[in-house]
Amino acid sequence: MNTTDLNAADLLTIPADRGGCPFDPPPSYRKDTSVSQVSLWDGTPCWLLNGYREVRAVLTDSRFSADARHPGFPMLIPGRRELLTQKPSFLRLDDPEHSRLRKILTGDFLIKRVEAMRPGIQRIVDDTLDAMLAKGSPADLVAEFALPIPSLVICDLLGVPYEDHGFFQQRSQRLLDSTSPAGSVRQAVDELTEYLTTLAAKSTEEGGEGILGRLAARGDLSAEEIASNALLLLIAGHETTANMTSLSTVALLQNPEQADRLRADPSLIRGAVEELLRYLTIVHAGLPRVALEDVELDGVLIRAGEGVLCMLSTANRDEELFAAGSELDVERDARRHLAFGFGVHQCLGQPLARAELQIALETLLRRLPQLRLAVPFEELKFRTEAFVYGLRELPVAW
Amino acid sequence: MHVTVDQNRCCSSGQCVLTAPAVFDQSEEDGLVLLLQDRPAEALHSEVRTAAAICPGGAISLSAGQEVGA
Ligand code: HEM
Ligand code: SF4
Repeated sequence: MNTTDLNAADLLTIPADRGGCPFDPPPSYRKDTSVSQVSLWDGTPCWLLNGYREVRAVLTDSRFSADARHPGFPMLIPGRRELLTQKPSFLRLDDPEHSRLRKILTGDFLIKRVEAMRPGIQRIVDDTLDAMLAKGSPADLVAEFALPIPSLVICDLLGVPYEDHGFFQQRSQRLLDSTSPAGSVRQAVDELTEYLTTLAAKSTEEGGEGILGRLAARGDLSAEEIASNALLLLIAGHETTANMTSLSTVALLQNPEQADRLRADPSLIRGAVEELLRYLTIVHAGLPRVALEDVELDGVLIRAGEGVLCMLSTANRDEELFAAGSELDVERDARRHLAFGFGVHQCLGQPLARAELQIALETLLRRLPQLRLAVPFEELKFRTEAFVYGLRELPVAW
Repeated sequence: MHVTVDQNRCCSSGQCVLTAPAVFDQSEEDGLVLLLQDRPAEALHSEVRTAAAICPGGAISLSAGQEVGA
């Protein structure tokens, strides 16, 4: 076994700049070995996991914790440890607490339940596209299409009354915009929390729609607990789906023969979305975990208290699983990808994300066959600095 | 092929229902896996194998399993 100390190795900037191709993982994430040593911004050593097998092994191993309150938990950028609260959401808790809290919401994301939401999602997608078309070409596909869709879907899912959509959407966009000043983000969180808490309390008294109404009817959750669940869904499900929509559109515009195949056979869209999830892997900065015990991984000893980063983006290009993995192939069977993570924390909202992406992309291809970039590809502004990869804006014409 | 599931390891991802809907379902209440049949026909084996491979909780086990009466 290799027992080298995890000492200051390669300094790793996270998230990192992409090299030549904006669809490929940053070159600095790719190492020669599946488990390698790096050091984070503050000099803390950390293990970088590149291989598909190793990433899956760590994400399914209860000796690795997702609880950021453990001292060795990797903090990827300055100022994050100070933001830690004593009441983290279940994304940052371990079982059994994680599972107890996650189960409050799992019933809302049943495959069957999400399938039943498809007509409603189709209506939202069509209305959003109508509004964009009415404004005329060219348009920013991020602001006019990709962002409003998940926002409206989440409003419906939570049970936010229609007349409050504007308020809700404005705050959530400020919250999720990485260029917003910290004060403005905090204000947006406060206003949303207050709004959701009031709505949850109202649902408890008068009954309500959607998840808020259902959680209120259980009777065992406080208005604050209901609001914090709602906020987690909003934060986890909004920007992710929006960025996947806009990046997928660019990837298809850059690979027109693949877009043609999807237009010719719309039944390919389900598989195509899996391949786009794999190819684009928007959660590109890696999932952080900390070892609670000594663990041997691929012949390397990871000691208790040391941090690891599970790099989904490079694992999803692992040639052992995905031959010619740096190419987009909408007919590839990509279902083993790790874009939604793996193990007990695997994305709770994945059935909904899939439905939104399948419907949004199929509708865009069908209704706007002439869609094209309104600026040269080289001028597109990719968000390499954000934790969820995406585009700042996407000027398109038709 | 003999299929077993372990609800204690299931995190309600729905991956199995999406992949092999004739074999797996989810409980209405909390989305935990339900087994619809434990000896699926040959034609379903490939999708059941995929489901077991992508189950994030490792909740699905497959064994060669003697056919009953065989
Ligand atoms: C394409 C879109 C999406 C992507 C790529 C994505 C990706 C991910 C990933 C990688 C994780 C695992 C994090 C970890 O293990 O540390 C995760 C967790 C989560 N996601 Fe998503 N997500 C997407 C959409 C959504 C949507 C639409 C929702 C809800 C409406 C959602 C809700 C959640 C929640 C609640 C968790 C925490 C689950 C847990 O810790 O048990 N996500 N997501
Ligand atoms: S794939 Fe696994 S974790 Fe997901 S619902 Fe099925 S058994 Fe449960």
